[in-house]
Amino acid sequence: MRASNVLGIIYSSIYDEALPELTHVRTMGSVPFAGRYRLIDFPLSGMVNCGITAVGVNTKSNYRSLMDHLGSGKPWDLSRKHDGLTILPPFDLAGNGGIYRNRIEALQSMMNYFSFANKEYVLFCDSNVVCNIDYEAFIDGHIKSGADITIAYKYGQKPKLQNLMTLILDGDKVTKALTNDNDGAEKNFSLNIVVMKKQLLERLVSAAVATGADSFGRDIINAHCDTLDIRGCKIDEFAFVIDSMQAYYDVSMKLVSGDYQKLFKRDLPIYTKVRDDMPAIYGINSKASNSLIADGCIIKGTVENSILFRGVRVAEGAVVKNAVVMQDSLISEGASVNCAVLDKNVVIKPGKALSGADTCPLYVAKDSIV
Amino acid sequence: MTKKTECLAMLLAGGQGSRLGILTKHIAKPAVPYGGKYRIIDFPLSNCINSGIDCVGVLTQYQPLELNDYIGNGAAWDLDRAGGGVHVLSPYQQIKGTEWYKGTANAIYQNIHFIDRYNPEYVAVLSGDHIYKMDYAKMLTYHKEKDAACTIAMLEVPWEEASRFGLMFVNDDGSISEFEEKPKNPRSNKASMGVYIFTWKKLRQYLIDDENNPNSGNDFGHDVIPAMHAAGERLFAYRFDGYWKDVGTIDSLWEANLDLLNPKVDLDLSDDSWRIYSKTPAAPPHFIAEGANVENSMISEGCYIGGEVDYSVLFSNVTVEPGAKVRYAIVMPGTVIKAGAVVEYAIVAENTVIEEGAHVGNSPEELKDRLDDWGIAVVGENITIGKNAAVAAKQMIDTDVQEVVS
Repeated sequence: MRASNVLGIIYSSIYDEALPELTHVRTMGSVPFAGRYRLIDFPLSGMVNCGITAVGVNTKSNYRSLMDHLGSGKPWDLSRKHDGLTILPPFDLAGNGGIYRNRIEALQSMMNYFSFANKEYVLFCDSNVVCNIDYEAFIDGHIKSGADITIAYKYGQKPKLQNLMTLILDGDKVTKALTNDNDGAEKNFSLNIVVMKKQLLERLVSAAVATGADSFGRDIINAHCDTLDIRGCKIDEFAFVIDSMQAYYDVSMKLVSGDYQKLFKRDLPIYTKVRDDMPAIYGINSKASNSLIADGCIIKGTVENSILFRGVRVAEGAVVKNAVVMQDSLISEGASVNCAVLDKNVVIKPGKALSGADTCPLYVAKDSIV
Repeated sequence: MTKKTECLAMLLAGGQGSRLGILTKHIAKPAVPYGGKYRIIDFPLSNCINSGIDCVGVLTQYQPLELNDYIGNGAAWDLDRAGGGVHVLSPYQQIKGTEWYKGTANAIYQNIHFIDRYNPEYVAVLSGDHIYKMDYAKMLTYHKEKDAACTIAMLEVPWEEASRFGLMFVNDDGSISEFEEKPKNPRSNKASMGVYIFTWKKLRQYLIDDENNPNSGNDFGHDVIPAMHAAGERLFAYRFDGYWKDVGTIDSLWEANLDLLNPKVDLDLSDDSWRIYSKTPAAPPHFIAEGANVENSMISEGCYIGGEVDYSVLFSNVTVEPGAKVRYAIVMPGTVIKAGAVVEYAIVAENTVIEEGAHVGNSPEELKDRLDDWGIAVVGENITIGKNAAVAAKQMIDTDVQEVVS
């Protein structure tokens, strides 16, 4: 069933602190990713691809780049008279200046938006989860199962994120949701992709607010494991949680080692704001392999195992290896970059050599000149 | 009541481009893909918006479906505007009967009511099938300075090519003294680029007169402008010296694409101040696989390159499998070139499959003993060139070619 009866909610800033370098000047949702996208494009396109027509984007701070990116929602076909994209700026209810401290306060600030949305279900996604799953199947599964709440999860080493739930399952029923079990072991951890009826959500949030509860995992999910039918939905396809700079780098490297085909599917396109660059140009003697290269790049040097965002220039004799180079950066003649993440508009001057390690990538901040 | 528009543009996009053969079987010439992600019409449309002209009529006639679909509401060019924007204007039924656009001037004549709705002072008449970047605002300033009835953009072409163009003789003050249409022995090399700015009041009257003249061919170059000239109107030439190309033939389309790879050619598509807009497919960045070899080429988003690409322009979502070779070729969106296939000196249209071991096109060196047989090979859209099959130089293929069993 096309999910036109579902309201989509995306948290753009929920784990900003996990990626302090890249979120210093932006939100998690507006972190550039995979050559031409920002992280929010993945949940947003996923929602649109399954038929959702109303999406609220919850924000916290430094969301100017996010607003610039989302605009009216046109690239996602969400610029509409009826429904469409709504940016939900901080809303001061609790006397905290509108800056929520946890997911329950964030939900509380959106209650008014929920009440006006004429939808039966709500689907939540976080911006730091990179996946391109079929949300239509996920929502259908939830409705068919008759569950009250369905949470998508993955098995593996649990990401180091505060309050991220580990699901203890009996079959597909969630019997417990642990939030502080950060022992580094492999377990079933939540992808924070959650669907439930809007009415139930409103009831749960009101009750949680009334008791001063502050943890979605503990006070809303775990506390209701016995009284509500809460289920897990295992995701076996490509899904990656970004919980650190290392994780951001690792997932980028996974893409160039071939996984990009698991993320980008012809029938589930990822939409983004277009920039109208020319196609990439390769010069004489340029060498490229195992790399994702966006429009607008001009490559005259060597590029290996790297992601180049739009408008990156690699000059003659320059070498870029195992690196993520963001929009409009320049690697000058004879310079080299290895195991690094270069933010937007970075200039590496001629002959400079920069190198991190694959277990400790070097980060160069936006607009730096090295 | 519509707000006043100073200058409105009418873009002539109805041409078939018959010399492009199978490439324009289902699409009008302005919709022909060019430069890795563009269509020819992106150039005049982007020029309009970059020049501050936000009201554009696009005159279509031949195979308009794809063009209509592509232009849509004009949002890709920022031409979805209140009180203006882009309008696709097809021939329509009238009380006196149904008429096709008989000529370029008649196409504008039939849309006088459209232009009058915006009540412009000036009308730019542009050809929809040329590749160039030009600031029409500067030309309009020139037109006003000269108090001209008509200003024609003019380009100095090499003398040996001059006989292919409509030529002008220009006085020192820029006024035009004489015209010559494609003469055998040219005495001028100042060619018309098919870009005109008219003072609308004047043009309106000449269009009506032209329509009433049963001997007229209803063409700007042949009829209207000579009539204005004969009547002593102020006609001026506006000199343009950038890159301009009429991609009217297979050879010129191929060349114009490869021009983008030549740093000496003055057509910079990366210029932020004069972007060429287009409708962009939602495709990821292109991927260059291990063992691939890409040089001197232009590659768009969504491509997968496993083989060898040299001196070529690849549109979005093209696959070049490992072991395939693409040289001196233009490959349009969605086409797959399988392992061991070779595509050289060729244009391959959209969504075609070149099977393993097939060979499309020949290099001129290969045919150096019979160069008359050499030319660009063209493979049409949505077809399959079977395993080990060959498409020779100069051939134009628009049906499947069977596998060759060796």
